[in-house]
Amino acid sequence: MIRFAINRLLQAIPVLLVVISMTFLLVHSAPGGPFSADKAVPPEVARALEAQYQLDQPLWQQYISYLGDVITGDFGPSFKYPGRTVNELIAAGFPVTAELALYAMLVALVIGIGAGVVAAMRPNTMQDYIPMSAAMLGICMPSFLLGPILVLIFGIHLEWLPISGWGDIPGDKILPAITLGTGYAAYIARLSRGGMLEVLSQDYIRTARAKGLSESLIITKHALRGGLIPVVAFLGPAFAGLLGGSFVVETIFQIPGLGRFYVASAFNRDYTMILGMTIFFATLIILFNLLSDLLALQLNPKLRQQARGDH
Amino acid sequence: MPRPHYQSKLLSLTASALLLFTLASCSDHQNNVRLGNLSGTLHWGNSTEPQSLDPHIATGVPEHHIISALMEGLIHKDGETLEPRPGVAKSWDISEDGRVYTFYLRENARWSNGDPHNAHDYVWSWWRALQPALGNLYAYMYFPIENAKAYYEGEISDFDQVGVKAIDDFTLQVRLANPTPYFLQLLDHYSLFPVHRATVEKFGTADQRGTRWTYEGNMVGNGAFQLKEWKINRRITVERNPYYWGADNVGLNQVVFYPTENVATEERMFRAGQLHYSGVPSDKIATYREANNPALRIQPYLGIYFYRFNLATPQLQDKRVRRALAMTINRNQLVTQILKGGQIPAYAITPPGTMGYYPESDLKFDPQAARQLMAEAGYPNGEGFPTTEILYNTSEGHRKIAVAIQQMWKKYLNIDVTLLNQEWKVFLDTVSNRHYKMARAGWIGDYVDPNNFLDMFLCNGGNNRTGWCNPEYDRLILDAAPTAKSHAERLTIFAQAEKMLLADMPVIPIYVYTSNNLVHPSVKNFGRNILNQANYREMYLEPDAQGELQQ
Amino acid sequence: MKASSQSTEQHSSLWLDAWLKLRKNRLALFGFAVLIILCVVSLLTPWIAPYGYEQQDLMLGATPPSLEHWLGTDIFGRDMLTRIMYGGRVSLMVGFIATAVALVIGILWGAIAGFVGGRVDALMMRIVDILYALPFMIFIVLLMVVFGRNILLLFVAIGAVEWLTMARIVRGQVMALRKQEFIEAAYSMGLSQWAIIRRHIIPNTLGPVIVYTTLTIPSVMLLEAFLSFLGLGIQPPQSSWGLLINYGVETMEEYPWLLIFPGVTLSLTLFALNFLGDGLRDALDPRAAKD
Repeated sequence: MIRFAINRLLQAIPVLLVVISMTFLLVHSAPGGPFSADKAVPPEVARALEAQYQLDQPLWQQYISYLGDVITGDFGPSFKYPGRTVNELIAAGFPVTAELALYAMLVALVIGIGAGVVAAMRPNTMQDYIPMSAAMLGICMPSFLLGPILVLIFGIHLEWLPISGWGDIPGDKILPAITLGTGYAAYIARLSRGGMLEVLSQDYIRTARAKGLSESLIITKHALRGGLIPVVAFLGPAFAGLLGGSFVVETIFQIPGLGRFYVASAFNRDYTMILGMTIFFATLIILFNLLSDLLALQLNPKLRQQARGDH
Repeated sequence: MPRPHYQSKLLSLTASALLLFTLASCSDHQNNVRLGNLSGTLHWGNSTEPQSLDPHIATGVPEHHIISALMEGLIHKDGETLEPRPGVAKSWDISEDGRVYTFYLRENARWSNGDPHNAHDYVWSWWRALQPALGNLYAYMYFPIENAKAYYEGEISDFDQVGVKAIDDFTLQVRLANPTPYFLQLLDHYSLFPVHRATVEKFGTADQRGTRWTYEGNMVGNGAFQLKEWKINRRITVERNPYYWGADNVGLNQVVFYPTENVATEERMFRAGQLHYSGVPSDKIATYREANNPALRIQPYLGIYFYRFNLATPQLQDKRVRRALAMTINRNQLVTQILKGGQIPAYAITPPGTMGYYPESDLKFDPQAARQLMAEAGYPNGEGFPTTEILYNTSEGHRKIAVAIQQMWKKYLNIDVTLLNQEWKVFLDTVSNRHYKMARAGWIGDYVDPNNFLDMFLCNGGNNRTGWCNPEYDRLILDAAPTAKSHAERLTIFAQAEKMLLADMPVIPIYVYTSNNLVHPSVKNFGRNILNQANYREMYLEPDAQGELQQ
Repeated sequence: MKASSQSTEQHSSLWLDAWLKLRKNRLALFGFAVLIILCVVSLLTPWIAPYGYEQQDLMLGATPPSLEHWLGTDIFGRDMLTRIMYGGRVSLMVGFIATAVALVIGILWGAIAGFVGGRVDALMMRIVDILYALPFMIFIVLLMVVFGRNILLLFVAIGAVEWLTMARIVRGQVMALRKQEFIEAAYSMGLSQWAIIRRHIIPNTLGPVIVYTTLTIPSVMLLEAFLSFLGLGIQPPQSSWGLLINYGVETMEEYPWLLIFPGVTLSLTLFALNFLGDGLRDALDPRAAKD
């Protein structure tokens, strides 16, 4: 297991290098620079600014010095916000996005696994159709549709829940978490239903039933472990998706997280910010994928064998 | 059979969800507006996270709002009439020839940390603002001061030659290159605000761009409020400054600025009672108007929406073509049916009423005369006129107007135009490199004077971008107007220059902006003015007996 | 030869079985019907749409459904039914083409890796693993910002994201098949590699590929809608359902029909495709419960 983990971490290094290089190139080939503004920028000022941010150096030189900084963990100053460093801005926004992703994931797991398991109990009956159709609805309703509708109903008309901010007013985390988590809940419901169905049709389950074990015991002790494997495998991509989905939810609910910041930075050509956040996200995703793979290994002895065999 | 375990699990899950909702609903009849009215806290929707709060670096309206709460200039403008009122300067004299201003500063002026505030602060601050390394995009606001331009551009290196001196601790004398009637207004622009020397130098050199001196816990200013907290991307809170000379008359205790980033979200926050002030998406203005909602504030704004022509484009080089295009835009229709925000059709480049200036213009909606002009220019009934492109930066609002104009030109002149939208930064690049044929543009005045609009089109004007150059126009603006003997004479000169501009029509004026905002009725002394400047030191909150606002 | 005719028989009865199973699944049939109707309508749109695509009446503005405009008009006075029909063309096109891009790359990659095996396989799959780790939303945002909102680029960007899972599935199938006995038998009968691929590997891989394709299309359409929300998707004057929904959300209270009709249409299509995909999966491989 440990060897597996170390192996994966080592592999991550060339990945990150590729990510950094690709992003660097992309960002610098975008037309329009960080300092163009509506009112004309006097040439002396433009020159002074570019010199200060080293934009007047040849590209490869900028690349090398940037790499050097990154290795020491310094993502550089933000172009758009003078005086702020990228590290500082990421540190300000990340806890918020992480919390949002976590709550959304919780919502998704609780609702999703619950619905999926319930549906798998009595396949092809109402107990199956209803949750699964609801799940389908969740998948087909994008967050930028669901969010404003929830805001309208619960925030403005009923005035039950706050519709913006994060941690400022009690209850302001509920709507965003639900909006972001619903799509994933639906997907997880389908996955867990499928996984459970497969497990429940196995022989050892029939044996357990024949032995007289109660249904709930069968599910929790025997079936769940195997039935949730597809869900665990999905966690990695789900996390990546949640990070991406946070862009939209953060905009709708005015949440001071990184997602909203990322899109703005791309539009503002804040080079260092874009690079810094991309590297940051990539690292997170790699780590998370590793974690979920480790978890899958734990749950599924077959995979463990494979892992030992291949590596 | 005993009830299956999972069913009871489901029940308990549902129960807890319901409980959660009930709990949540109980907590919220305390919204920001109600609580704020009681505690004197104003909640302000402020569009974007400020790029910087350093008055010599910042540009942009959201930055301006916050800076105007934290700092003050020698004078400040009246909230309604925009006339200069004593700020840090309690009075001033203007010499006969209009070139020397002597300001008498208050002796009880203080910085927010208690330090005394005097004329030397101004000399130092203005020196700092003109350091090239700082990258001050508004340095040109200083140029009316004698030798300021020369100093900034490096022609002279001794700041003592620039026309600002501290005669003594509380007397500041400014010499101008030419009599400049709008000079007092400039003093209320944030780029001429003073900064606290000790604080700036504590965090870096004076000309270092983007140090931490403006951040939470560090910033020292001389305004009615001081910085309490700056949570990046979340909110900026300012609280009353006890050392402010006029602190006794300040009605608010705190102002909280929210970087909402999205006007639709901001408007929803307003409706949910989380903001006292917000913007309005243009599609919703009509609904508020029809409901006669008192929260809606529409007022003229010192800005003009226009189209630029790139005079390097062959088919646009004949001024008859340009005039014809300008004459076939039905501005009334645009304003009433498409914009619906109370905007005013514009037939000249300077908004009417700017300091008493009402430009004459012979431009009007006249499709017939326009067709005549096109025919004379060699395109009878639009034949042979090459397809031309209108460029605009991505926004539904700009698109609506472009589409409407596209249709009008097709209908009245039978010519084809295509539309191209580009993202903001790309758009700026394209326009400043003059790679466009026709481009949408907008200009907001920094001070109330026709000069602000007309000097865009000087031959070397950085904001010209059309390729139009008329030396006589330059002479009028740069030589004649500043040396005019009276305000009336000055306005006459401007009118002449504007006529020249309109005769050639390198740009098409389309409409004068309005500012559209939602303001909760509990906000009093809001101050409506043509620059949409907020006067936080004069506002106060009154808990509204009537309470709720319907949509 | 005996071996091949046997496998062909096996082959066709698999498809027949699948079809019979599918027929019983009413939801899947419903999905299939919706898909056919959509495709037909989209193809015929230029001829059957009630109004011109760019036809607008700025003075009319947004009006609710009426006899002349069955689904109402938008703020430019354009007929919503026409807009939805044309939007459907674009959305479906994005869906199909991006999926096709993903399909081609994914199948080739997975088939080669699975079939050749050994080190080549290890390398190819390592690359897939690496790419899986990337924050794609971020790259797409960056790409769209950098290169402008080119519809072709949109297809490529989306396709480049979705091919990974396809590659994995195909490779998995191919590897499993390779080990099966009838392939070994075919080898020993002297069939060429190419013939084996053509007659045995591909038909048996088709199942999961079809299923996954049917399920990728809706997620591609959703992705496009997301990008439109951020201002990076299809650009006006073209429209897609994603764009229409975004406009509708902004004026949800004033002009609800601008949101309801495109929203229902998109949701219905996604519904249908998902049910069809589910049905196909159940029909073609009853034991498969993975995604």
